[in-house]
Amino acid sequence: MDVAVYKLRTPISEEDVRRLQLGDVIYISGIMVTARDSAHRRAMEILRAGGSLPVDLRGGVLYHCGPVVKKVGEEWRVVAAGPTTSIRMEPFEAEFIKLTGVRVIVGKGGMGADTTRACKEYGAVYTVFTGGCGALAANAIKHVQRVEWLDLGVPEALWVFEVEEFGPLVVTIDAHGNNFHERISAEAERRKTQVYEMLGLK
Amino acid sequence: MSIQVIEETAFNLLKLAATILPPDVKEALRRAYETETSEMGKAQLEAILENVRVAEEKQLPICQDTGVISFYVRIGSDFPIRKGIYEALVRATRRATKEVPLRPNAVDPIQERNTGDNTGRHIPYVHWEIFDGDYMELIAFPKGVGSENMCKLAMLSPAHRLKGLKKFVIDTILEAGGKPCPPVIVGVAFGGGLDIAAELAKRTLLRPLDRPNPVPELAKLEEELLKAINETGIGPMGLGGRWTALRVHVDYACRHPGGYPVAVAIQCWAARRAAARINADGSVEYLTHKVG
Ligand code: SF4
Repeated sequence: MDVAVYKLRTPISEEDVRRLQLGDVIYISGIMVTARDSAHRRAMEILRAGGSLPVDLRGGVLYHCGPVVKKVGEEWRVVAAGPTTSIRMEPFEAEFIKLTGVRVIVGKGGMGADTTRACKEYGAVYTVFTGGCGALAANAIKHVQRVEWLDLGVPEALWVFEVEEFGPLVVTIDAHGNNFHERISAEAERRKTQVYEMLGLK
Repeated sequence: MSIQVIEETAFNLLKLAATILPPDVKEALRRAYETETSEMGKAQLEAILENVRVAEEKQLPICQDTGVISFYVRIGSDFPIRKGIYEALVRATRRATKEVPLRPNAVDPIQERNTGDNTGRHIPYVHWEIFDGDYMELIAFPKGVGSENMCKLAMLSPAHRLKGLKKFVIDTILEAGGKPCPPVIVGVAFGGGLDIAAELAKRTLLRPLDRPNPVPELAKLEEELLKAINETGIGPMGLGGRWTALRVHVDYACRHPGGYPVAVAIQCWAARRAAARINADGSVEYLTHKVG
């Protein structure tokens, strides 16, 4: 697989994400907004009712993350901010992409068929950030611009981060209907017989 | 010597564990990076190593999921202090949560409320042991939920013996895929009963990765399972590659003739642990980390 490396700045255009392929590596500069389960649930209620979110996500980057933060004086500091498991957001994500116009989703572990379809239809990609790399992420977050929905709790709130070369992010769902995670599981399933044989199981 | 020494040591261990990986884990990750053949897998290992470096340098938690905290405590029969140890560990946990800081990860499931300080009913959990001696050994073992959720235990039929065990291990790893943040360390234990298998499987995760299993049959089984697991091609972060697991550790207990419990404990790459020995005179030796 030929790996291309792209540095993208928000807002990101549809054209920018359409040219990305599975396995490409991207680094993001600009704004990233976090949202986990509860924030997705609340966002859907607002958007379905025709309202708007406190943060404009058009051309934006959504990050599945519940950060560890510390308040120093009036300022929030990010202590660790690695990705959380994305599949929990699968029930919301397709509609979320449609209604917000988000272009890049960052998480870990992969997402399902609905998200893959929405990425293709509306022009978005899903990328993975190395699981557990909380310190690396904190290092790329230069500033907490603001936080919304803090009533949901620190990990569930919408954190608006200013980031500089946040990555490496690997594209695992592209904007053309391809899903790398499905390929890997199919491959592992295929190898299962071989592994069983190695262990003397039928 | 006072109880204060124990509290202080426990606090230091929690901080060390959260921010600096033990040398054997770092070494295993480095070796995996150097020998990984998949480009995507290699990139993941590179990010992991860089993350470990940044965390250590800036004294930040390695991973934002700083885990649920347990301690393994071994107390010598002649160690001068035996009173108030649990309370000291609780105080150390509260302080570490505030000062490191650690993410509050203790939710009371009756009220569905986060206690906010990583303590609560049975948390931190302490495994106690008494031995003949005059010192105390303390291990802090915080474990994140991503890999914990992929652990499994089964009461298998004794008809299949080791074959049943091997299949169960492979199926557990395949089902887990990239979710437990591979490359993982796999702790396997069989025999005993429900609690014994689970306890031993977890405990094998504390063994340094460069220390071979002293039981030759188990060492062989560990090698065989490791090879097979890495043949799945799940790879670092489930993006494909030859390093799905760094190591497999196996332990066992005698079993009832009619039973065959098997536990598989999965530990993510962020294999955080820190140990110290507190001597009777109050001096402290750190066993996993260089201090001072
Ligand atoms: S599985 Fe481990 S490395 Fe991954 S997010 Fe959880 S604690 Fe961190």
